[in-house]
Amino acid sequence: MSKIKITETLDKLSSKSAVKYGVYLTAVMIFFALILLPPILGIIIKWDTIDYVLTDAKLVAQALNAIENSFIIALLVSALDVITGVPMAWLIARGKSRWLNVLDTFSDIPFIVPTAVLGYSLLLFWSEPQGISSLFGNSLISPGWLLVMLLHFTFSYPVVVRVIVGALLDYKMEYEQASRTLGAPPFTASRTITLPILKPSLIAAFILAFSRSLSETGATIIVAGLFENGPVFIQNMKKTWEAGGSQTAYEGSTVFASIILIAISCLIFATIRIFGPRLKLPVKRVWPSVERRLSYSNAASSRNSITLLIFFAVVLIPSLFVALPAFEAIFTDTFPAALSGSGIWGEYWQSLIISYLLGAVVTVLNIIIGLPMAIIVARKKFGALPSAILDILVNIPLIVPSIALGVSLKFFWAETFVFIPEIWLLIFAHLAITYPYFVRSMSAAVERISVELEEASRTLGAKPLGVFRTIILPLTKYSILSGAIMVLTRSVSETGATLAVLSPGSMLRTAPVVLVDWVRPKVPKLPATPLEIGLGCGFLILFSFIILLTLRLIVRGKGRY
Amino acid sequence: MWRSLTTPDVRIVNITKKFGKITAVDNVSLHIHDKEYFSLLGPSGCGKTTLLRLIAGLIKPDEGEIYIGDKLVNDAPPEDRDIGFVFQTFALFPHMNAWDNVTYGPRVKGYNMKKAETIGHEVLEMVRLHERLDAFPSELSGGMMQRTAVARALAAGAKLLLLDEPLGQLDAKVRNELRYEIRKMVRDLDLTAIHVTHDQSEAMAISDRIAVIKKGKVLQVGTPNELYMKPKSIFVAHFIGESNFLEGYISNISSKGATIELRGGIKVEVTNREVKKGERVVLAIRPETFAIERGMKKSKTSLLGAVEKFTFEGTNIRYEVRLENQDLVAIVKPSLTEEWFNTGEKVTVSFPAEKAHVFAYPDVGLKEEIAVE
Repeated sequence: MSKIKITETLDKLSSKSAVKYGVYLTAVMIFFALILLPPILGIIIKWDTIDYVLTDAKLVAQALNAIENSFIIALLVSALDVITGVPMAWLIARGKSRWLNVLDTFSDIPFIVPTAVLGYSLLLFWSEPQGISSLFGNSLISPGWLLVMLLHFTFSYPVVVRVIVGALLDYKMEYEQASRTLGAPPFTASRTITLPILKPSLIAAFILAFSRSLSETGATIIVAGLFENGPVFIQNMKKTWEAGGSQTAYEGSTVFASIILIAISCLIFATIRIFGPRLKLPVKRVWPSVERRLSYSNAASSRNSITLLIFFAVVLIPSLFVALPAFEAIFTDTFPAALSGSGIWGEYWQSLIISYLLGAVVTVLNIIIGLPMAIIVARKKFGALPSAILDILVNIPLIVPSIALGVSLKFFWAETFVFIPEIWLLIFAHLAITYPYFVRSMSAAVERISVELEEASRTLGAKPLGVFRTIILPLTKYSILSGAIMVLTRSVSETGATLAVLSPGSMLRTAPVVLVDWVRPKVPKLPATPLEIGLGCGFLILFSFIILLTLRLIVRGKGRY
Repeated sequence: MWRSLTTPDVRIVNITKKFGKITAVDNVSLHIHDKEYFSLLGPSGCGKTTLLRLIAGLIKPDEGEIYIGDKLVNDAPPEDRDIGFVFQTFALFPHMNAWDNVTYGPRVKGYNMKKAETIGHEVLEMVRLHERLDAFPSELSGGMMQRTAVARALAAGAKLLLLDEPLGQLDAKVRNELRYEIRKMVRDLDLTAIHVTHDQSEAMAISDRIAVIKKGKVLQVGTPNELYMKPKSIFVAHFIGESNFLEGYISNISSKGATIELRGGIKVEVTNREVKKGERVVLAIRPETFAIERGMKKSKTSLLGAVEKFTFEGTNIRYEVRLENQDLVAIVKPSLTEEWFNTGEKVTVSFPAEKAHVFAYPDVGLKEEIAVE
């Protein structure tokens, strides 16, 4: 049968509502079966291990303390992110200098640095003798809560800036101009008009930063020192178990910490969702002379300077600091050794291949099962309420600490299908973590396409699949591409869940896992040298940067119609 | 007293504004008198909105000077120019209700609540919009949104009102009503108003004076009457009202005027004397200045032809007459007071020599010269 015949047959089939809804229903079922339910069931399976924790008052206190730390850090970091992200986004979106394009690209860099590498980079920069501490004689910031906060700020800042820049670019300037013509200086105009109108985006940025801070594991482990937040607590319990401790204690603590983390985050997100839109910023009162002074000359330029200082000193330079020894390594034996794959490098290159293969598989799976879900959510295919509920459910994996997600997935699959290959566990874990990002960005892209275009296509004789092929797909192909790259980079940098899923001594260790191992070696192993670590991180950053750059070149100026 | 005391005039001196390679406003100079209702009229993309935004300070000129009153305002930000601006899309703040929108100006100027409220009530009274104060913009009709937008601009207390296609998004009926209301308010409050529009009938109906703009240049400034009666260019003759254009050349010049030989050798006489013999020209005649009668009666200002199309438009009847030389002219006659002619009827159309305008044939060609896009 020719290709045209096949598409024709498929098109005809798609106009049967049984087939159409069959496809949508399958997507929903796969979502429940592979992404949403396994981690939940995994926790339920191990429910009785909680008893072990509850009888140990010391353990309970330790867990609660860690969870409390998680929320305090997440709240502080997300608030700081939004406060400092707004001026930065403003500068990028509104500034007229050519250099801002460069700044724009720079601001994405921390996003592509795998978080475990980022953690190590920050550790080097802030607390090791070769970093900024060399200026002060001793360690400026030791591993602990402050470094964790800095780390979380660094990796969530680019996401926050990206969201706000997008919102600012979509924003109708006329509102602000109207405010100016009515007598408001720039500061007053942005405070009373622009920011309140952009509030939904600010809330979205806050939630993204918050959930990312709650769930990040890989990098946090590296900089935490003795400090514990939820994910670090779970990881520490796992290490105790691996060193010969009680397995029930580990399982119980994971279940206990995960449930509390998930429950409280749900509560917080629900609160934000309900009260966020009603939250009034102090709009009414205006202090003309003060606000006028804040609008012009000194105030404005010092605001920009502080913004840039924060960006370079706290975000960009610390994230790339780890790559500096990589340059040095190029001129030593380390570089040829790395390229030849001898010693620890054999394991490194293997892990890199595993990382990117895994990322590719997860990306393809996301497109296949995520696209129909995005359309269901965007077009309310199952009616308003079910679609809204699906929308919320899709986002749940975002708030689960990645290590908890990995652990509970392992609980579930190991109990139900004892002989499931480890690679499947890895794929499921990465799928669960990346799926919300993909569906969310795709449903936003589909929503931007006017329904009228679809209707026009239908009146011209296109069948539902034809509409998808000829309208939706061409109009969203750049969004699919950027969504795919986001999935790929996220998967390649994922650490927490991967650590949790892998059994000790597994052959499937991904690049971030290997790097974490180099940085925090287990006792019998010799540590990697700083040059080796720098080079290992450098390669990973380089590859991710090439991917990001390629995406930018392909997508530039397109994607919006 | 919350309004500015003096009504300013606006002087624009050699203003140029470029966007990349496009010159949106090209060396424009204008003087808008105080208490004048002034329209910037032109096709879309002609630069009229850019000019208004330059006056408001929303964009800055590349060259030239702008004075509001006696003050050079080139470097003044919009909030210091003491203006009221009404946007085409209304730009009502979506997160505030009508009342908060209207009192926004007084509040950001730091007036106390009581004073802001007094002002709010006063302007809402003016636009007759008292019953829907707590409605959000999304809940208001187009006309109500526009009233709110005007009220908001007035409440800022300025005596210079800038209106950017303020009626463009409204239904025809509402548009006609509102344009006279705005005109009346401007007069009652002694404001200077600058009104941007592409609708010539709107500009004609409300303006004291109009500047016709094309491709960033001011072609002509004048009262509606002047622009209609004495257009200085083919474009103005075409854009203000309507004109028939007949091509020809000057075959003779006499003490009374000139003789134009149209296509096909038809000769007509006009009173215009600012032409040279042999010059290629365009004769512009308004559809309503033609007289039409049965039969073929050749004279020095008449043309022979046959009715090709007849359209009943209500107030008027519109004929399209194919002349002997195959040129087509449109003629408009009142339907109630004049005789009707049928399709196919042989007719003579004539025009008063002094009401025909003669223009040099444009270098770019006639079609390009009158193109509005």
